Amino acid sequence: MNDPTLVSRLDLDTPEKTYLDANELILNMGPQHPATHGVLRVILRLDGEKVLGLECVIGYLHRGVEKIAEHRTYTMFNPYVDRMDYVAAVSNGLGYCEAVEKLLNIEAPARANYIRVILTELNRIASHQLWLGTHALDIGAMTPLFYTFRDREEILKIFEKYCGARLTTHAFRIGGCQYETYDGFEKDVKKFVAFVAPKIDEYEELLTTNRIWVERTKNVGTISAKDCIALGVTGPVLRASGVKWDLRKAQPYAVYKQFQFDVPTGQNGDTYDRYLVRMAEMRQSLRIIQQAVDGIPEGPIMAKVSKVMKPAIGEIYHSIEAPKGELGYFIVSDGSTQPYRVRVRPPSFVNLQALDLMCRGQLVADVIAVIGTLDIVLGEVDR
Amino acid sequence: MADEVKTPVPPEGEGKPAAEKPQAPDKPAAPAVAKPTTAPDAKPAAPTAAKPAAPAKPAGPVPVPWESPMVEKLRRQYGSGLEAQTYLGQNYLRVDRSTIPNILKQLCDEEQFGYCVDVTAVHYPKRERQFDVIWILYSFAKNERMRVKTEIKDGESIPSSASIWPGTNWLEREVFDMFGIKFDGHPDMKRILLPDGWKGHPLRKDYGIIQQDQEWVQINLGIESGQ
Repeated sequence: MNDPTLVSRLDLDTPEKTYLDANELILNMGPQHPATHGVLRVILRLDGEKVLGLECVIGYLHRGVEKIAEHRTYTMFNPYVDRMDYVAAVSNGLGYCEAVEKLLNIEAPARANYIRVILTELNRIASHQLWLGTHALDIGAMTPLFYTFRDREEILKIFEKYCGARLTTHAFRIGGCQYETYDGFEKDVKKFVAFVAPKIDEYEELLTTNRIWVERTKNVGTISAKDCIALGVTGPVLRASGVKWDLRKAQPYAVYKQFQFDVPTGQNGDTYDRYLVRMAEMRQSLRIIQQAVDGIPEGPIMAKVSKVMKPAIGEIYHSIEAPKGELGYFIVSDGSTQPYRVRVRPPSFVNLQALDLMCRGQLVADVIAVIGTLDIVLGEVDR
Repeated sequence: MADEVKTPVPPEGEGKPAAEKPQAPDKPAAPAVAKPTTAPDAKPAAPTAAKPAAPAKPAGPVPVPWESPMVEKLRRQYGSGLEAQTYLGQNYLRVDRSTIPNILKQLCDEEQFGYCVDVTAVHYPKRERQFDVIWILYSFAKNERMRVKTEIKDGESIPSSASIWPGTNWLEREVFDMFGIKFDGHPDMKRILLPDGWKGHPLRKDYGIIQQDQEWVQINLGIESGQ
C-alpha cells in the first residue's frame, strides 16, 4: 500500500530505466479520437511501439456540476446527475436520491425500492452492453456491437415506457419514485429477462473462445489487487483482480439485502478477466431483476417528503455500486433549501488514474484495449 | 442568486442546541441525544419545515460522540485536539492541521484504512480558517468508513497524502483546481479539469456561478464569453 515504487511509477518525468538507443517519442492521442469513448487526450511516451508512460489530459467536458448544485435546490439538482454518467443515468439518480434521503433521515417505501432495483439493474445491463459493443469494436470485432445495441434497445424501450426518456431518465425522486409503473411493466421486464439471457450466451459465443479476442485481451493491462486498492480503483476492475467486493453486498442499500446473487471475480486482473467479470455480472443482474419483479410489493411509491426540503445542518457521504464502480455523493447541508456543497466521487475519474500503470510496457494498440476495458464515461470523469 | 455567498448559519428562532452544526466542539452530548440512525421522528415534519418558528418541530439528528478503541488510541497519541463524532451513523474525526499527514499514515498502516475513497474540501468564507479538507476512508478489513477533517486558512498549504494512497494524486489536483489549496509534496501539483492558464478557483464561494476567465476565453477560443 505504501510502496514508494508505485508512486514513482506514476510520475511521468522519472522513467524507470533509460534505454541505450533512447529514441523516445511523444505521441498525442485524442482528444477527438473514436477509441477514447469521448473527449480524452492521452499523451504517450513511446519507445518504438512500447509505452513507457502516459499522461491523461481531461476536463474537455467539464460543466461544473458541483458548482451548479450549490445554486439549485435539492430537487432541482436531481436531473443534473443523469448527465454525468449518461449511459447509466439511473444509477446516478439512485445514488443522489439515497444520499439526500439519508441526509433528511427518511427512507423510500418498499415498493419504490423494488422499482429502483429493477431499473438500476436493467441500467447496469445496458451499460455493460454498451461497454461490450464499443470495447469489441475498438479491438476489431465489429459484430458484437450490432448484437448488443439490438438488445440494449429493449431496455431503453422499457425506460421510455416508464418515464418517457431513454438515456437521461430522471426516474427517481427524493423519497421514492417519480412514477408508478405502467400497466404491463412486470410482464415487459419478465419478457426481457427471458429474451436477453440467451443473448448473453450469444455474445460469449462470439468472443470468449475467439482466438483473436483472447490474444488481444489476455495479459493485457494487468493490474494487481494491491495496486487497485492503492489507486482507489473499484467496480469490475477491482473484482477482476480478485477482490470480492461489491457495495451491494458489503454495505447494502435499497433492498439488495433481500436478493440472492453472487459477486463474480477474476484472478489475473487482465482485460480478459474484466470481460468475463462483466459478462457474469450481467447474468447476476438478471437474477436480481427476476427476484425483484417476482416479489414486488404493493404500496405507496413515495415517502412523506415536504415540498420544501431543508435538511438539518450536517453532512453525509453515501455511495452505491454503479456499473463502473463506487459512485459516492458527499453532501453538506447548511439548513437551507440548497445544498451548501455537493461532491461527487465519480468511479470513472478515479479508475482512469490507473491507465498509466496498466499501459506501461504494453504496445500502443493495447492502450486502446485498456481504455475500453476501464469502461470510462468522460461525462463522469469531467463532470 | 447567482453571486450569493452562502455560509451555514443555524436556522433562526429554533432554540435547539441539539441542531448545532457538527463542528461545534463544546456540546457533542446535547440533552436530546438520541442515536441518530434510530431516531424515529427525526425527519423534518412536512409543513412545518418551511416555518422555523414552529415550536412542535422535533429536533433533527445530532452528532453524538464516537467511542471506539481506535479513537481512544488516537486521542492518547494526539491529545485533546482530536474530536471524534458520529452523525447519522457516519463516523468522522476532526483533527488539527499539524497532525496531517501522520494521522493519515497511521490510519492507513495500522488501522487498515487502506482505501482512500475521496479527498475534497468545503469553503466557509466567513470563518477565519476558511477551508475544511476532508478525506473519506474505507477499510476493506473492517468494512468501515470514516472521514478525517481538518481546517486550514486561505493560502495555507497542506501535506499531500499521495505517498500514502497513490490514488489521491488526481483527487488532490482537483481540490487544488477547484479551491486553490496547495498540497505539499504532491508529485504533480497542477490543474486537472480546468485549462492550465485559467484564473480563479470555481468552487470557492466568492466565485460566481456564471463567472468565467474572460481573458482566457478570448485568447484561446477567440470568442466573447457572452457576459
